[in-house]
Amino acid sequence: MSSLKKSLFYRIDGVMIMLYIFLVIIGLLTVFSVEHRSTDVTIFMANKNYSKQVIFFGYSLFLGLIILLTDSKFFASTAFLGYTVGVFVLIITIFIGVDVKGSHSWLGIGSFRFQPGEVCKIFTALALAKFLSLPETNFKTLRHRLMGVALALGPAVIVLLQNETGLALVYFCFLLVMYREGLPNAVLVIGFSLIALVLGTLLVERKLFFVLLTLLAALIGFMMRSLLRRKMAPRIILGGAWVFCIVFSQLAVPMVFKHVLKQHQIDRIYSMLGKEVPVEYNKNAEEGSDEKKVNASEYNVLQSKIAIGSGGFWGKGFLNGTSTKNQFVPEQNTDFIFTAVAEQFGFIGSLTLITIYVSLMLRIIFVAERQRSAFTRIYAYCVASILFFHFAVNISMTIGLAPVIGITLPFLSYGGSSLLSFSILIFILIRLDADRQAMIR
Amino acid sequence: MSSAANPRQYIIKLIFIGVASVILLRLFFLQNFESKYKVMANDIAIYKKVVYPPRGVIYDRKGKVMLSNTTIYDLMVTPRNIKNFDTLQFCNALGLDIPGFMKIMKGVQSRNIDVRQSTFMEQLSPEQTARFQENQFSFPGFELVERNIREYKNATAGIVLGYIGEVSVDMLKKDRYASYRQGDYTGLSGLELQYEEALRGQRGVHFFERDKFNRPRDPYRGGALDTLEISGKSLELYMDADLQSYAEKLMQNKVGSVVAIDPQTGGILTMVSSPCYDPNLLRGKDRAKNYGALYREATRPLFNRATQAAYPPGSTIKPMTGLVALSVGAITPSFGLACYGSYNYCGRPIACEHKDGGHAANFRLALAHSCNSYFSHIFRLTIDYKSFGSVKVGLQKWHDYFSACGFGRQSGIDLPFEGKGLLPDTTTYNKMYRGVWNSCTVVFVGMGQGELALTPLQMANSMAIIANKGYYYIPHFVKSINNNYNDPLLKKYHEKKVVLNIPDSSFSAVQQAMQDVVESGTAIGAKVDGITVCAKTGTAENKALVNGTVIKMANHSMFVAFAPKENPKIAIAVAVENSGFGATWAAPIASLLIEKYLKDSVTVKRKSVEDKMFNAKLINKYVYTIDSAIRTHDAAVYKAKLERKHFVDSARRAQDSTLFIRWMEKRTRKK
Repeated sequence: MSSLKKSLFYRIDGVMIMLYIFLVIIGLLTVFSVEHRSTDVTIFMANKNYSKQVIFFGYSLFLGLIILLTDSKFFASTAFLGYTVGVFVLIITIFIGVDVKGSHSWLGIGSFRFQPGEVCKIFTALALAKFLSLPETNFKTLRHRLMGVALALGPAVIVLLQNETGLALVYFCFLLVMYREGLPNAVLVIGFSLIALVLGTLLVERKLFFVLLTLLAALIGFMMRSLLRRKMAPRIILGGAWVFCIVFSQLAVPMVFKHVLKQHQIDRIYSMLGKEVPVEYNKNAEEGSDEKKVNASEYNVLQSKIAIGSGGFWGKGFLNGTSTKNQFVPEQNTDFIFTAVAEQFGFIGSLTLITIYVSLMLRIIFVAERQRSAFTRIYAYCVASILFFHFAVNISMTIGLAPVIGITLPFLSYGGSSLLSFSILIFILIRLDADRQAMIR
Repeated sequence: MSSAANPRQYIIKLIFIGVASVILLRLFFLQNFESKYKVMANDIAIYKKVVYPPRGVIYDRKGKVMLSNTTIYDLMVTPRNIKNFDTLQFCNALGLDIPGFMKIMKGVQSRNIDVRQSTFMEQLSPEQTARFQENQFSFPGFELVERNIREYKNATAGIVLGYIGEVSVDMLKKDRYASYRQGDYTGLSGLELQYEEALRGQRGVHFFERDKFNRPRDPYRGGALDTLEISGKSLELYMDADLQSYAEKLMQNKVGSVVAIDPQTGGILTMVSSPCYDPNLLRGKDRAKNYGALYREATRPLFNRATQAAYPPGSTIKPMTGLVALSVGAITPSFGLACYGSYNYCGRPIACEHKDGGHAANFRLALAHSCNSYFSHIFRLTIDYKSFGSVKVGLQKWHDYFSACGFGRQSGIDLPFEGKGLLPDTTTYNKMYRGVWNSCTVVFVGMGQGELALTPLQMANSMAIIANKGYYYIPHFVKSINNNYNDPLLKKYHEKKVVLNIPDSSFSAVQQAMQDVVESGTAIGAKVDGITVCAKTGTAENKALVNGTVIKMANHSMFVAFAPKENPKIAIAVAVENSGFGATWAAPIASLLIEKYLKDSVTVKRKSVEDKMFNAKLINKYVYTIDSAIRTHDAAVYKAKLERKHFVDSARRAQDSTLFIRWMEKRTRKK
């Protein structure tokens, strides 16, 4: 043990640290490009957000150091305690939270404000890891499975009560971890299929979607033809799935849209995707008023698409993005930070950034799979899933593939809560990984 | 579990890579193939600023500025930036009251969104500007914005210099205005219109990036795409600004015009169309209002009498009549006529001012005394000249001479909307008299009445021809454009125009006779010490058509002259409408101008004449009556026309609606 302790520096995962620092530096430069004005006298200005972000980065590194110096057992042993405190803070936030754009998810201590929902992800990840790695937990039983799901989604319900939908959805990423730990395949398949079905129904033209679904069913049927020939059940399942999809996309959704939902609700759903409401659902159009209200989200996504699309292959160059420089994209510092990268560095920049993200996530899975400790492995999967969810949904919403829910791009978006909580996530993982040779907990 | 590789890690890795690939695929298409976003990015983020260069400055012959530019200020407001400020102080600075202020503010807010700058007040007066600038810091949200407008330095020569205004929608449809856009200014009359292309310069376009509030920020791509503005070219005129204002002063309170030409270059020294107006009225925010007021004025100050009005020349045509008679050989300078107060060869006698027998004993005497009988006779002799064969050929020959001298056609002066005057030819008379006419029928033309009518410019130009003994340059204002004397626009004004083949001796005789007019004839009052002035007075009978009846009006006082005889430097024509004898008004005005121009000042002994001219008020009351009658008539005609149009329109509409109703009925029946 003593020899291990001495060489802590050599045991931490350099690749992860490197990718982490890469991303934070890209983030700093991007926030700088968003905030910088040609009229600025000096580069470092205390009142600008990028300066604050540098300070937050400093805090993160300091916290990271403390975490690295902490005994790795500490995290496992305090996991449930932390979770309890986290949930408690979440609950009181509903009542004493600061009202920011209609959500009560922020706590203010003096001039410092933070979002408990962001921080609580860490506690939830630790608690879930702890729960699943407990010797008495048998994840093959339904009872334990439900307990796991409740543990993961409990905070989500509270965050939802705080009126912060985006953040609440993040907690669903823990389902991916539980899948790794033994939830049946069907959960994943059905979950992804449902997401694909809903998005497809909204984004793809209805008749084309019918053809696509039918082709998909035929393809699956062709691939599994031997199985289908032998057994009855798969036939029923495949047929049933096809019928369900068709009914859902061709009948149920149009019916609900036409007769149940109010116009403003339809507008909201489509504007979150940055799309215009199709004529058939536009009840105002029938009344003959062609006054088109541009919804806030629709405007955001349009501006975001303009910034990204105009970047082209090579980009407009650092500090030369016309949309970025002149603040056309709303929330560009935080939720729409990706647009700044895509506009200034083009497709090449986007490709590089996405490659770094995917590398980091794959590295984390690689790290997870080399653990002897189940706790560390599950925690690593939690980190990877949270990163993945944030990354995928954030970028998708800037290009109109996902609804606009306010979640940040890890390490890039401006904001203390976000950067600090992601840093803590990563550093705890690094600390746990450093002790992978130690005895199994 | 840790030792055996869990297959689900690969599925999760696959999910990560799969989702990232979908995102990348979408990005690939978005960033490389959807060019509409590039267009939109440019549309929203690039602000095209058009920079207007200053218009060209106009100088007189001595380098004095006649027309230049001056800066005025518009007060702009950005409602969002308004902080608490002392409304009362603000109103005092601008000369507003509080309700007025509230009204303007309300208007501004309803026109525009909060964050955009809009006009609060246009074209502040210098006092308003000064008072506002003193306290500008205490009115956040308000800002002065510079604009250029024209400034007429001496407030003279408005009719010549012209004015500018915004191009109208109709003008924009024409090819000539292809390079203009709505809101651009263009010359609308005078030299401003004629030399628009030179004066205008070339506007520059600067590209800026703008932010989401539409405020321009940095130059786009460092200004690589910008075009620079080129300022308008300056014009140098032949006009003498001092002489011009002197002439305008002499012509004040009179209706009429003055044209003075330098015979050696064709350059116009002075052009007055009285009454004059202050050209500074026709600029800036009150242009439309002032234009309306000037337009309604009975004396029609916007009408350029010097180039557009056609006056019967009266006796001032006699030198030309004589010149043509001498030139074709119908008479010799020694030809004489016994006149005893009237000309009786053509039925009804034509009256002559003089009764003593010898006043028309030869050409010199006859012109000096302006004998009507003599000139009626020699005109008849000219057109009946035996070598022409018939009166019709003779009249056409005479017409050719006059036409060559510039009568009956546009001279080509560099002013738009020039008039032609009237010059009768055989066709005119054939039409009038159904082909049955002889020299007696048209005899009045010889003494400048009848079907002949000239613009003052043509009269002055004919003097230049006599002064030059047979040639002239097209009268023009502009000497050089941007100090380039050979600008292509000026090319036609450098061509020497030679008038047919008139022998020098004829000119000498006419000049000699015109000298006598001043020295011993009708225009003794026009004598200038030390200068040989050649001149001719004229008293032109004229009629007006009012409400369908022809009314004879007071005579026009006309005068034409050139000086000095040996080396002519000025040729002048003066017309004072409905004021009486040529010698009484037009002659002194012309001679004062000649003296002023040639000697730079007027001698003390002529100050009394000068004062008389300054103070004379010669606008008849009936000018107003006639004008209002004409306007009433015009209004009635216009109204009738409008009504007719309205009737036709309503008929068409009625028909349309009937058709529509029928169609609807048919449709419903089908259903």
